[in-house]
Amino acid sequence: MVTTTSPARQRLETGGLWLLLTAGALVMFFPIYWMFATAIRPRDEIFSGAVNLLPTGWVWSNFTAALSRMPFLDWTWNSLVIAIAAVVITVSLNLLCGYAFAKFRFAGRDILFIGVLSALMIPIQVIIVPLFLVVADLGLLNSYWGVILPRAAEAFGIFMVRQFMVSIPDELLEAARLDGASELTIFLKVVLPLSKPIIAVLIIFTFMWRWNDFVLPLVILTDQEMYTVQLGLNLLKGQYNTEWTDIMAIALLSLMPMLVIFVFFQRQLIQGIAGTGLK
Amino acid sequence: MADLSMTYPKERSETTTSRKPGWWSSYRSRLTPYLFIAPNLLLFSIFVFFPLLYAAYISVHQWSLIDAPEFNGVQNYTRLLSDGQFWQSLTNTVVYSAATVPTSLFLGLFLAIGLNRKLAARTLLRSIYFLPVVVSSVATAVIAAWLFNDNYGIINALLKQAGVGPVAWLSSPRWALPSIILTTLWVRIGFCMVVYLAALQSISPSYYEAAVIDGATRPQQFRFVTWPLLRPTTFLLLILNVIYSFQVFDLIFVMTGGGPGFSTTMIVQYIYQAAFASSEMGYASAMGMVLFVLILLFTLIQWRINRRTEQFV
Repeated sequence: MVTTTSPARQRLETGGLWLLLTAGALVMFFPIYWMFATAIRPRDEIFSGAVNLLPTGWVWSNFTAALSRMPFLDWTWNSLVIAIAAVVITVSLNLLCGYAFAKFRFAGRDILFIGVLSALMIPIQVIIVPLFLVVADLGLLNSYWGVILPRAAEAFGIFMVRQFMVSIPDELLEAARLDGASELTIFLKVVLPLSKPIIAVLIIFTFMWRWNDFVLPLVILTDQEMYTVQLGLNLLKGQYNTEWTDIMAIALLSLMPMLVIFVFFQRQLIQGIAGTGLK
Repeated sequence: MADLSMTYPKERSETTTSRKPGWWSSYRSRLTPYLFIAPNLLLFSIFVFFPLLYAAYISVHQWSLIDAPEFNGVQNYTRLLSDGQFWQSLTNTVVYSAATVPTSLFLGLFLAIGLNRKLAARTLLRSIYFLPVVVSSVATAVIAAWLFNDNYGIINALLKQAGVGPVAWLSSPRWALPSIILTTLWVRIGFCMVVYLAALQSISPSYYEAAVIDGATRPQQFRFVTWPLLRPTTFLLLILNVIYSFQVFDLIFVMTGGGPGFSTTMIVQYIYQAAFASSEMGYASAMGMVLFVLILLFTLIQWRINRRTEQFV
């Protein structure tokens, strides 16, 4: 905003705002910090009732201890397989489908697009019973595919791709068509190179959504060996004798892939939303 | 790809004006968009739309998965009317949405406007506010349960030092829902902030320059420039947040399991319980259909209001 107030008053205002926003950020960050502080704390300190905001000792062996008690590495493997397969399938299909909705005119396009958007509004709990039956009939209960396939078509992704690709100039596509390129070639050689920002956003979001999924795996994956990280975490939390050090250690480890992605891609994550029509 | 290598030289040798596609290629080019969307439509049909129809079918039957479904008309729906637990879960859902949606939109907008200014460590502050969005609901619930723990939680420990409390956050019906609302805000504010931030950055500075020439003060600039231009964003965020709120599951399932009593049970969790704990597939599906219609109605009403007011802008 352009301001009409005096520079001195403006500086005071900005300073006050900054303090407020920083205080808010400290509050927001505290739960993450506290998870970390609990995870590395000596076990018995937790129940002593003392409030030590700073850790009194760094017990890194808490992590190895938690890992030895829980098949966390197996759950991580399951989550990784599911999330990576979902990224490959979902991102490819989203790009193809979103491109068709953005750049082709065809009979029934608007109806079909509304159909895609309406899928956004259907809570999974509304369809979870029949979805469970469909997955069972396909013989996919308790399997990776049973969790991957039902979520492979992602309405939100299609919507974001469409919004992004609408702004690709038609002339570019026409020029390639006049050169005799096939539609698939145009898609691969012309459209995709222009779509790198949205592809980055899709990869990050899809990985995040699938890594963090809960309801569908909860219903489909019944065998503890097939559990994902989130199901394992829930299992830990539900145990009668709550070991908070273990839980916080595992919770912290479960965040690691997302934290790494967040630190490396936070620019794309935050700015990417601007380029995807989510505004 | 093979297509390219075969047609490319031939097309080149022709003059561009004389390019006449044969019936096959024009047929094929009309088929292209359908081929591109086919895989997604197939997946949606199998895993979303067919289950939705199937749910409507199950909702007029009595079925425990073991015997064959038995048609019972609208009995599942009439049973809902006199089910106190259903009404409580519906009330909880409405209270939860009413508490979380406007608050996260307002705070998100406030943060976005603040962090859109030139401030020290602006990027770091944005990242911190956005960070909770990437944390899974299960991890969020686990962390929140630890913070709010009655006996050893840090919140009660700090309250005790301040001479207040302790508060039975998660074990009393009175405070369990507020705890969940606070936890939800932790996640949602950052999401709303980022979407608003993106919208703010797309507003051209020339609007503000023009407003200043007309003598607009800062609040007036917000009232007459920023707010109207953010309307589509607010609309989108409102719809998304209400849909999220009506569908909230993981967070509450892990944090309180819907308890104590039914004090934090939402519709979706009651559906889950009816289906997978009590094996009442028909009843669960009937509740699912009611929830679906509620979300649909809300979205359509908002859509209408948005369209109508938009015409006057």
